[in-house]
Amino acid sequence: MSMQVEPQTRRGKKGTGAGLENKEVGQDRKQKTQGKVALLLIVPSLIVLGIVIVYPVIDAIVMSLQKDAGLDPVTGSFVAGGFAGLYNYIHWIFEQCNTPNGQASCPAGTLGSQFWSATGTTFLLTVITVALETVIGFWMAIIMSRTFRGRSALRAAVLVPWAIPTAVTAKLWFFIFAFDGIANTLFHTSILWTGSEVPARTAIIIADVWKTTPFMALLILAGLQMIPDDVYEAAKVDGATAWQRFTQITLPLVKPALMVAILFRTLDALRMYDLPAIMTAGANGTTTLSILVVNQIRIGFNSAAALSTITFLIIFIVAFIFVRFLGANAVESATNSGKAK
Amino acid sequence: MKHSRKFAALAAASVLAMTLAACGGGGSGGGGGGNSGGLSGDAAANLDARGPITYVQGKDNSNVVRPLVDKWNASHPNEKVTFKEQSDKADQQHDDLVQNFQAKNASYDVVDVDVVWTAEFAAKGWLQPLKGKTAFDTTGFLPATVATATYKDTLYAAPQTSDGGILYYRKDLVPTPPKTWDEMMGMCPIAKKNNMDCYAGQFAQYEGLTVNAAEAINTAGGVIVGKDGKPAVNTPEAKAGLNNLVQAFKDGNIPKQAITYQEEQGRQSFEAGKLLFLRNWPYVYNLAKTDGSSVVKDKFGIAPLPGKDGPGASSLGGHNIAMSVYSKHKATAMDFMKFMTSQETEKFYATQGSLAPVRADLYADADLVKQLPYLPVLLTSIKNAVPRPVSPFYPAVTQAVQVNAYAALKGDKTVDQALTDMQAALGAAGSQ
Repeated sequence: MSMQVEPQTRRGKKGTGAGLENKEVGQDRKQKTQGKVALLLIVPSLIVLGIVIVYPVIDAIVMSLQKDAGLDPVTGSFVAGGFAGLYNYIHWIFEQCNTPNGQASCPAGTLGSQFWSATGTTFLLTVITVALETVIGFWMAIIMSRTFRGRSALRAAVLVPWAIPTAVTAKLWFFIFAFDGIANTLFHTSILWTGSEVPARTAIIIADVWKTTPFMALLILAGLQMIPDDVYEAAKVDGATAWQRFTQITLPLVKPALMVAILFRTLDALRMYDLPAIMTAGANGTTTLSILVVNQIRIGFNSAAALSTITFLIIFIVAFIFVRFLGANAVESATNSGKAK
Repeated sequence: MKHSRKFAALAAASVLAMTLAACGGGGSGGGGGGNSGGLSGDAAANLDARGPITYVQGKDNSNVVRPLVDKWNASHPNEKVTFKEQSDKADQQHDDLVQNFQAKNASYDVVDVDVVWTAEFAAKGWLQPLKGKTAFDTTGFLPATVATATYKDTLYAAPQTSDGGILYYRKDLVPTPPKTWDEMMGMCPIAKKNNMDCYAGQFAQYEGLTVNAAEAINTAGGVIVGKDGKPAVNTPEAKAGLNNLVQAFKDGNIPKQAITYQEEQGRQSFEAGKLLFLRNWPYVYNLAKTDGSSVVKDKFGIAPLPGKDGPGASSLGGHNIAMSVYSKHKATAMDFMKFMTSQETEKFYATQGSLAPVRADLYADADLVKQLPYLPVLLTSIKNAVPRPVSPFYPAVTQAVQVNAYAALKGDKTVDQALTDMQAALGAAGSQ
């Protein structure tokens, strides 16, 4: 904040040659009143953020430390569970459930038994979809960045899958991948797309790539357009081949934008819910963490809050790794180049 | 580095918000208090109070609720009913009710609840027990529908509409419909000869599978949850029931693609003339008779589900109507519930919305049968029906049934293993 205020105070002063003491006093007063105004302007958004983000987050963490309501065996009514400590977290991470015979590993068919498989599924889908989307998105971006007739029409057309709501996309692909659907009719196959693990995951990956590659392509396109043409011209003059220009100029210069695009997509993919929920309802190894959370909400809020917190931590760690180790440069140079402009 | 920190914090905040916000607002359920004797707590308040109330129900697709509410309001100027329409998605309706009950919202006076939610809401202490001053007379109602509204021997809701599974068959190929499962399997060569699939129900992993698996198990004499509320699915009878389905998949009597079938895929296959027997709900009847794409318009008949040695045990669909314990005008709410389940209203449901009545004598009503020819068959179905497990942990129960039954149908697990796991998962569901 102070960094932005400083130049203004300086400009506000009549002469730059004023005494040192004077300057400091004036700056102080100005800064004080400006600080107040700034605070006043920020407060509304702080309050909104507090209500919308801070309160639910804290409430969720508090809830995650409570036991879910249990049944009183005599009356058959629910009674509040009370403080649970870390029970809910242990329940998920170690897949331990309360059973009639005390604590034991969660039997198949409980949500508790699906935590690690859901985590695995989430990461698997994330890695494959993001990798495919990056490669195809890059290719689409390069095509879109060329100048040719109908370029804007192409750019608009590419955006269509991204503009369709995910739930609608999911329903479309659900019909396409039905046994009597277009996919099987077109290729004269009789694959049960939603009937076993590999086809079900493939179907979801195809749908997700179809839907989100345009997003990737647009972000990369933005990065491509920031590369000045003269760099390429200079390289051409020096006799660089097309491949050399791509690896030596395009890739390094587009890397900041690319990393940000990959980061966004990764975070997004880790939260994947609608596509598997609608296409397979989580059957055949397509239950993602988000599906697990939503299913758990219907069974018990507190345990679901714990699972949400775990999901958050997992996503946070991934984001942290990206920013700290892979994308740190990306963010810095992105801001730097922004400033230079 | 500084930037990256800021960015990390930002990413953290947004991710946290996105993942956690969904869970905000859910307090701890519970309360209600033990009321084994008379009414107590919220349930004892405002019993004689009259005044305006609100009726909450999911989307009124066939426009049956509005005319009824108008009719009520015309004769009750001081106890007007406001109709609050929810979305048409069952999950959203459920979550909306939960939120409003948790907030003790007094303006959700009378609510429409799916049969499988009734126990959960009752155990949470949100539904007014229908006894004492708020007693409800269920004489003339089909017993199975009353069972869906009963929790721990107390009635918590009034049956409003019902639904049961029926067998659709090709009467041009099979003159007399099969009465038992074995008989039906014995007719499968007819399907083969005509190059068709033999039998299908709903076997994708979703609520429909719970319905179908429960029917198979109940038909064979097994149960999923016993009368005492304890899971009892690991029995020879249940095994025989589930094994019928598993075996039919193995033999190809149920086509392999049926593992992806929900209601609609089965209906389409039947209407396209590719399926000999179909287990489905009554809604298919009119569609198969009138759909332009249906090639079986005059070639199909309906029958009760095939059983072990008589009609099979259908699962029950439908809705109950219940009163919130937080209602401020319970006397009015009670009258409105009686009005919404009266003989006349039930008939209106059937004629206007094709909703199956819960009163037995309407199934013999000549006018109605003329309009809805499936009613006599449906009556047999509902009379032999077994409600899906009445459990306050229904969402966990249905998960336990679906996941394990699905694994058995696909052959990933033996029937023995599936039922052992199902039993264990049901046990864990009830002891959270």
